[in-house]
Amino acid sequence: MAVKVLIPTPLQKFTNDQATLQCEGGTIAELLDSLEQNCPGIKARLCDEQGQLRRFVNFYVNSEDIRFLDGANTPLQAGDEVSIVPAVAGG
Amino acid sequence: MTQALQSFTQSQTAIASTFTALRCKECGAEYEPKALHVCEFCFGPLEVAFDYNALSRVVTRETIQAGPNSIWRYRPFLPVMSESPIDVGTGMTPLLKSTRLARRLGLKQLYIKNDAVNMPTLSFKDRVVSVALTRARELGFTTVSCASTGNLANSTAAIAAHAGLDCCVFIPSDLEAGKVLGTLIYSPTVMAVHGNYDQVNRLCCEVANTHGWGFVNINLRPYYSEGSKTLGYEVAEQLGWQLPDHIVAPLASGSLFTKIYKGFQEFIKVGLVADKPVRFSGAQAEGCSPIAQAFHEGRDFISPVKPNTIAKSIAIGNPADGVYALDIARKTKGNVAAVTDAEIIEGIKLLAETEGIFTETAGGTTIAVLKKLAEAGKIDPDETTVAYVTGNGLKTQEAVQGYIGEPLTIEPKLDSFERAWERAQTLDRLEWQQVLV
Repeated sequence: MAVKVLIPTPLQKFTNDQATLQCEGGTIAELLDSLEQNCPGIKARLCDEQGQLRRFVNFYVNSEDIRFLDGANTPLQAGDEVSIVPAVAGG
Repeated sequence: MTQALQSFTQSQTAIASTFTALRCKECGAEYEPKALHVCEFCFGPLEVAFDYNALSRVVTRETIQAGPNSIWRYRPFLPVMSESPIDVGTGMTPLLKSTRLARRLGLKQLYIKNDAVNMPTLSFKDRVVSVALTRARELGFTTVSCASTGNLANSTAAIAAHAGLDCCVFIPSDLEAGKVLGTLIYSPTVMAVHGNYDQVNRLCCEVANTHGWGFVNINLRPYYSEGSKTLGYEVAEQLGWQLPDHIVAPLASGSLFTKIYKGFQEFIKVGLVADKPVRFSGAQAEGCSPIAQAFHEGRDFISPVKPNTIAKSIAIGNPADGVYALDIARKTKGNVAAVTDAEIIEGIKLLAETEGIFTETAGGTTIAVLKKLAEAGKIDPDETTVAYVTGNGLKTQEAVQGYIGEPLTIEPKLDSFERAWERAQTLDRLEWQQVLV
């Protein structure tokens, strides 16, 4: 289940400055574990101590905010594009 | 003269050091004042930190009044280092004491802050862009950009043209014609994105990751947003160095609202005005009211919505500063209310007919909410209340077309005029116009 992940600038130090990665995962939650395996330390930036997605990070699957889908349980298909975006922007 | 100039330059240099760092609003981590907008630890928003002790030593009412007739009279409170910031005459817009609208709403001390005539592009956005592009130039950017619902694109394109910066702006593809034309005229590259503002904004975040551009409301956002504080400063100065009792302002991302609050707090902190409670009330369109919904449901988080309203300039379904705006409305005992598109149109017309100010849909939303709160007894008639009108109606003509009648078309003959005039007098004007329509 390979998906393309867009990495925001503040996290690119975990990805050798790569802005995109190919990653595995059937859901957003699984994708986070897979990201952590490839880029140790990245999950703690995306999730709080309780393992919940941080309040100031938004996830999009094929341009749709996962809060309009199924949150961390949003299913992923091969070829999907997941974008991780800091919430505080615009306006 | 030379001496005066020298002392001015020295004081400006000293003042520049009052802006010290970027600080995370959530965890307090500090960063060098570069092109950064979120904390790399918790993703919280970064905000510019100032040395208020230093500020209070160098700023007085007199130094401000001796400054230019623009936002740059408040330069020590703005996050720029330049001796010559980009000054296109932005700010110091009229604060109008309302009589006719006030009487209509049963208010005795109502003021309109009229940024429909802000320079150069007729919205409050010129304030934030003047600051952002000054900082962009200081940080070495040669291309500037933004995600916009229209007004910001107008402003970024215009001020970039003035400053000789390259410009590429992103807008939703369904914006009002006036807002698109009012951007294209300055010859930027305009990307009209099939999607709503939140999608445009998300795309711009991705572009910002890969292009070394200065996005005024993304990687330059901490500087940009400080520009809105001038809407607080000006009102305080124009009221005779005192704060109002209540303000009503539109809520899109929530940034403007929080920065007016910060502006008032800073003036208190450095001793320019006396401390007093100011109630903050926010205005949203029902078709995009995530902050109003959270306010009414007692939530401390914002659930994003998909916008569907004529008030496109404030149609942000995923507001970046929503939680902070919500917190300010609650802690100041203000309100957040939403109004329908029909009420927004009535708000635009009401302001035009009573005060001679033609505002766009965001201003119509603010006036409609002002009316709603006044009628519900949520504004004390004796409160000094300021309504912020943030944009110009000539840019959103589509919103009111069909609701304002037509001219009376006549022949160039006296008797044609007399007949039309008689009819106009005997029929209610609206009725007459409806007959024509």
